[in-house]
Amino acid sequence: MTFRPEHELHKRRFSRNLGVGLTLGAFVLLVFALTVVKVKRGDPMQGYDHVIQPEAVPQEKTE
Amino acid sequence: MSDTLTYQGVTDTPHEPGFGDYVQLLKPRVMSLVVFTALVGLLVAPVSLHPVEAFSAILFIALGAGASGALNMWWDADIDAVMKRTQRRPVPSGRVQAGEALAVGLGLSGISVVMLGLATNFVAAGLLAFTIFFYAVVYSMWLKRSTPQNIVIGGAAGAFPPMIGWVAATGSVSVEAFLMFALIFMWTPPHFWALALFMKEDYHAAGVPMLTVTHGRKATRAHILAYTLLLAPVPLAAALTSIGGPLTLAVAVVLNLWFIVGAVRIWRRDEVQAGADNYAVEKAFFRVSLIYLFLHFAAFLAEAALKSAGLGGW
Repeated sequence: MTFRPEHELHKRRFSRNLGVGLTLGAFVLLVFALTVVKVKRGDPMQGYDHVIQPEAVPQEKTE
Repeated sequence: MSDTLTYQGVTDTPHEPGFGDYVQLLKPRVMSLVVFTALVGLLVAPVSLHPVEAFSAILFIALGAGASGALNMWWDADIDAVMKRTQRRPVPSGRVQAGEALAVGLGLSGISVVMLGLATNFVAAGLLAFTIFFYAVVYSMWLKRSTPQNIVIGGAAGAFPPMIGWVAATGSVSVEAFLMFALIFMWTPPHFWALALFMKEDYHAAGVPMLTVTHGRKATRAHILAYTLLLAPVPLAAALTSIGGPLTLAVAVVLNLWFIVGAVRIWRRDEVQAGADNYAVEKAFFRVSLIYLFLHFAAFLAEAALKSAGLGGW
């Protein structure tokens, strides 16, 4: 079993990959945090499924 | 055997960039000024953002500024290679390929504009997009190589960040945002012309038509004084608006007197005197210009803090 010595180039590539990975991870966390803030601060939302909405029922015509 | 071949092949390739080389493409020193002024614009606005939104706004404004820096390095690689001050930048030094700088600049431009729009509002995002376009296309591609007024008009690109910060918070432009823009816009020419006075050979070698190259140093000295005098009313006016107060006004008076005295000293000197002390006055004026801008924006921030504590403001 032999171990290949790590070339200086591999160290540089590792630093670049690590930097890109950490940056992407931080970006995902930021988008998640922004989403939480936006959703929490939004106006109360109404679900439109399986709920009776009286205001949506057409008014009956009276003669 | 195969390892040997791999390593030989690897070492024969040109320098492979590390993560730090890509960070250098974004001009981190310029970015620090953008972060500071945009943060002040955002914090002194009458509308406050959620901390996560505020952090995102500053981050994406800074990223947009970095993107325009990368596009500038892609376009200006030829003149950067000639000037001593810029020879060690990633593209002219060969650490990053010009095409990579272009890709980084375009990619980050798109991300920063879209994300700023989603995090705050699309008026701020539109201003950021215009700023990137202005710096990369209007200044770098057009003005920089064609007119000695390059710094005057191109200075607008560096002046937008506090306005974008303000608009990110409020959703619209106001007189306060305009005056913060005008402060940096008017400050840019004397700041860069002072630099050009003691870095003339660089611009001359690169063929960049700086005022020192096209009109000579005597005219440049007169221009520094003229623009310093035109600059002075701007922070004084800003101090009288809703972002100002007694502290801001006092700071503006002291700093502008200091700046005008420096500009007069530069105007009264000739090249013999400047050469004798190795441009000491010009270098001092350049350092003062950095302090001048920092203290003005720090004063806006301090005034806002005092106002929230029931002090400060008018």
